[in-house]
Amino acid sequence: MTHAVAQLAAVLATALFIFSLHWMNDPKTARRGVAAGVTGMLVAVVATWIQPEIIHHGWVALAIVAGFIVGVPLSLVPLTAVPQRTALSHAFGGLAAGLVGTAEYFLGLTEHPAELTAFRMSAIVAEVILGFLTFTGSLMAAGKLQEVKWIPQRPVTYPGQNVVNIGVLVIAAALGVAVVVNPTAPWSAQAFSGVVGLAVLFGVLFIIPIGGADMPTVISILNSYAGLSAVAMGFVLNNKLLVTAGALDGSSGLILSIIMCRAMNRSFTNVLFGAFGTVQQAKALGEQKAWKEETVEGADQLLEQARLVVVIPGYGMAVAQAQHKVRELYDQLIKRGVTVKFAIHPVAGRMPGHMNVLLAEANIPYTALVEMEEINPEMPQCDVALVIGANDVVNPAARYVKDSPIYGMPIIDADKARTVLAIKRSKKPQRAALGPVTSPADRP
Amino acid sequence: MTDYWSMLFVFVLATFIGLGVIRRVSRLLYTPLMSLTNAISAIAVVGSIVVAGADYPLTIRILGGVALFASMTNIVSGFLITDRMLKMFKKQ
Repeated sequence: MTHAVAQLAAVLATALFIFSLHWMNDPKTARRGVAAGVTGMLVAVVATWIQPEIIHHGWVALAIVAGFIVGVPLSLVPLTAVPQRTALSHAFGGLAAGLVGTAEYFLGLTEHPAELTAFRMSAIVAEVILGFLTFTGSLMAAGKLQEVKWIPQRPVTYPGQNVVNIGVLVIAAALGVAVVVNPTAPWSAQAFSGVVGLAVLFGVLFIIPIGGADMPTVISILNSYAGLSAVAMGFVLNNKLLVTAGALDGSSGLILSIIMCRAMNRSFTNVLFGAFGTVQQAKALGEQKAWKEETVEGADQLLEQARLVVVIPGYGMAVAQAQHKVRELYDQLIKRGVTVKFAIHPVAGRMPGHMNVLLAEANIPYTALVEMEEINPEMPQCDVALVIGANDVVNPAARYVKDSPIYGMPIIDADKARTVLAIKRSKKPQRAALGPVTSPADRP
Repeated sequence: MTDYWSMLFVFVLATFIGLGVIRRVSRLLYTPLMSLTNAISAIAVVGSIVVAGADYPLTIRILGGVALFASMTNIVSGFLITDRMLKMFKKQ
């Protein structure tokens, strides 16, 4: 009877999770998606908890309460810190998978060795490798994003790095295969611990060569791994709900990674093994375009006389906490009958979609946020392009400078606008020189 | 005996459903999408409840308890922060 309840709950939860993601296709219905997700989760948790084999209720309740105590403050972080929180939650997801896999292996080893079939052992090894590498990899990514002192922000590279990284993974896999073939040999427990240790090590090694510019892609890839480790857990525990939910998470991470890679014109292998940072310090470009400093009054006039103003925000805007000033400017211009649009590059910010959230927080209506592909055909009609704390995403060098690290990356065509105003913290060329006019303008 | 083939079936079909559904998610909402899928994949909580709460040796239950804590943190913070972000998306 309770078994049937559990199965029914799992089917219901699966349906609710799919609806939850489906409702994310429009900001109008998206909050309904959260409600569906919460309901599905509640149904699944209750149905599991009432199973007769659960006897240590106090212990379960304690862990759940602890989860609430840590989870609630984590949900209240400032929106600039959302990428770190996301990375941290991938780490927790990986940790949970890794621990359950470890528990299942030792449980099988000591209590019922016959259950450690080759198929189940393969799933356990996959779960443990994916889980623990996601755990340390995501912790490192979160540390880099949070700018924790003892984690180097710059990509760390050394000769033979890829060989070392792949070597560690290959040894872990080989040990894993040995444990799958001989799950109960006298040395198996040690070999299993070796797999865990190498997966933990690989997570660290695989993130240290990756720099800040690649974080949106890396977070998406880790998201995918966290999903896959949940899938592996589903195989181990013979739980179809886990397999489904993990597959939904995994495919979401996969799609976001592909979108991020495309937005930077790079391949997966290039992000993971390319060590972007080494090329990043490439020489400043030879040709310096002419720019002039604009006065605040001059900028005022330009903006007031414009019909279409396109604002191109970058992460620099968020670092300077300028979103609310931008919102004031937006209000002033709208009042004067100017059309204002915000052009959002797919990799603007530190994670997929980050810039949209930062602007939404400043009360800028989402109808004013326009994707790169939609705004580019309009750029020649744009009177003023206002670049705020963005650099690479408007850099024309991506179009024709073959040895530029961003060559081939799709950009927002700010240079096609009649006038370009740029607000930056420094005027020195970062990756390359800017467009026609640069001006440290402020709001009118 | 677990029917691993039907599990594999479920995995493949669920991946296709996932790809289909996620592809239609509004691009504005990629950040909330990621925190929502995070929370949903923390359904690993059901596995952790069994490992933490069944009649197993203490060390196993401790591993399960930590896993349960980690999944629960993801569920709580994931759903709450998703809702907090979605509330900010306004038309006017």
